[in-house]
Amino acid sequence: MSRNRIFTAPARLAAIPPYVWMVLFFLVPFGFVLKISLSQTAIAQPPYLPVFGLSEGTDGLKASFTALSLDNFRLLVSDNLYLASYLRSVLVAVVSTLILLAVGYPIAYGMARLPRRWQGVAMMLVIVPFWTSFLIRIYAWINILQHDGLLNKVLLALHIVSMPVVWLSTDSAMYLGIVYSYLPFMILPLYATLAKQDPSLIEAAADLGVSRIDAFWLVTVPLSLRGVGAGALLCFIPIMGEFVIPDLLAGSNSLMIGQTLWLEFFTNKDWPVASATAIVLLGLLLIPLLVYDRLQRRQLEAR
Amino acid sequence: MTNLTATVADPAASDAPVIAYPTPLLRIDGVTKKFGAHSAVNDLSLDIKAGEFFALLGPSGCGKTTLLRMLAGFEAPDTGKIELNGEDIAAVLPHQRPVNMMFQNYALFPHLNVRDNIGFGLKSAGLTRLGIDTRVAEMVALVKLQGLEKRRPDQLSGGQKQRVALARALARHPQLLLLDEPLAALDKKLREETQVELMALQRQLGTTFVIVTHDQEEAMTMADRIGVMNEGRLQQVATPRQLYEAPASRWIAEFVGDINIIEGGITHRDSHRLTIAGRDVGTLFAIEPRQPVGDAVICVAIRPEKIRLSRRGPATDLINSGAMNSLEGVISDVGYLGGRSLYKVKLDRGATLRVALANTARLDVDAYSIGERVAAWFAPDDCVVLVQ
Repeated sequence: MSRNRIFTAPARLAAIPPYVWMVLFFLVPFGFVLKISLSQTAIAQPPYLPVFGLSEGTDGLKASFTALSLDNFRLLVSDNLYLASYLRSVLVAVVSTLILLAVGYPIAYGMARLPRRWQGVAMMLVIVPFWTSFLIRIYAWINILQHDGLLNKVLLALHIVSMPVVWLSTDSAMYLGIVYSYLPFMILPLYATLAKQDPSLIEAAADLGVSRIDAFWLVTVPLSLRGVGAGALLCFIPIMGEFVIPDLLAGSNSLMIGQTLWLEFFTNKDWPVASATAIVLLGLLLIPLLVYDRLQRRQLEAR
Repeated sequence: MTNLTATVADPAASDAPVIAYPTPLLRIDGVTKKFGAHSAVNDLSLDIKAGEFFALLGPSGCGKTTLLRMLAGFEAPDTGKIELNGEDIAAVLPHQRPVNMMFQNYALFPHLNVRDNIGFGLKSAGLTRLGIDTRVAEMVALVKLQGLEKRRPDQLSGGQKQRVALARALARHPQLLLLDEPLAALDKKLREETQVELMALQRQLGTTFVIVTHDQEEAMTMADRIGVMNEGRLQQVATPRQLYEAPASRWIAEFVGDINIIEGGITHRDSHRLTIAGRDVGTLFAIEPRQPVGDAVICVAIRPEKIRLSRRGPATDLINSGAMNSLEGVISDVGYLGGRSLYKVKLDRGATLRVALANTARLDVDAYSIGERVAAWFAPDDCVVLVQ
């Protein structure tokens, strides 16, 4: 009862704009994409059939509806190309997220334990790269990684290698680019949960005879799982659909689903298959979201 | 070894319980801890005996929590020694000390249930799974938390959290239990109940308790001895009764309980009795303290409940012989507090005295009212003479 009273009329009004936004800029375009994914490709303008319209009356509309089919989705399942792309995307996203976690956790942990006045500075250092365009930063990496780039020059000068190493167009370069680009998205949620952890909990663990390392695994890590989940989601989901980094840094022998989608759309001009690819990708991305939501709900219910 | 006498002894405190403790469990010897230029703890020495319930009492910022954290091992003393059972523990890390602490905010692990919180330190104490289960069940029974073992801290009330924290700190059977303001977060009624329970528990277990508190009533109720701290130094270490009836300094007299302070000068000494010219009061008689006050300029401290009021003063020969102090004045304020009433008496000579009288009858037709002329009188024995 008191819950109803909290949400007074003005509060409910305030909830309308986000819903309007979601409907206008997510649900409506999603409807278009869904419709196109059920259409057939055609050499026409727009490049698919059927096109809904009232020019042929209600009968024409009915005919258009019957013309919709799941053929594109059948194609996605039957052709190994798409399956391989999806699997590669999942693999790249999982591996990248794990690397990001391994790199980001110590950084966030260190930041949270800095003296207060230095934490703001550390935060700035994490965010500052965002001030430069993402594309420019990836091109900078190309420059560093290329045959006569900075990295090879340094390695040669230090006599670590005797011949330039091929970095570009390898998976290593792609992972490097992904980890570099997404690191802030991993660090910030981790830092947020670690910084608000009560330091007296670690003291309590020490007081109870637990060493610092054990206290880290028994107290700090379990209490930061929410941040781990948030950071992992923030990285995993966009990496799944990543297109630019694999296209510029990885080799072309295996494609991520974002690249396949791009090819279908711009090279093959097959809008319906590209749309179906996007719909399936969206469906795949709902899985981790639902899992996270469910875990969080269970945590809330445990209260 | 059995010398327990505090810095000041007084006839009024002679019936204070004197318990013979064995060699000190804990010896703090000349410990100083500085944060920057500020000395949180300043050249402090203190012995605490095994089985004792010791309270560190002081205003906030007096260094009592810093001292406690040094005992737990979270801070290291800059100079001085801390010995436990005769061994210097300065270099012993917190997790290797046979000392446990109950934190002010309880510091319960939010992701673990009651059972796992209490059992947290038992694996590293070398207990088997079965041993842990037995010990946890023991502790749960000790603090009466049966049935709540599966709850998480955020599903517990303040009092229940306090019990979990206590059980967790006691589970490793520490030689010394440190309690940092353990009852500060509880409401008054629960706090009083818990005080009694803590005392019973301490007696039952025989564990040495060192409690830090800013609440003097709490310290008085629970502790065998109280160390009063101010600005990083121990001002007095004494039993609650000695502390109240024979404060070692003016600061302690004013810090512990309510008290009237009358400044004045000694005009005459004979055998044990001092004749004092009190400022804005007139002539007073007081008993010479055991350690005579050297200065001629002193102050006389008298507790409000030690003063009696009457409409007519006591017999004049009592006053003339110096057996009773009697001061005339007018009631200027009356505060009814239930069990007792607090009167303010504006003396004819200018000073104001606070007087507490027990309300012994339900219908008190004879109560004093504002504006009434009264005599306020008290025995020289009840006066404490202190250096200004």
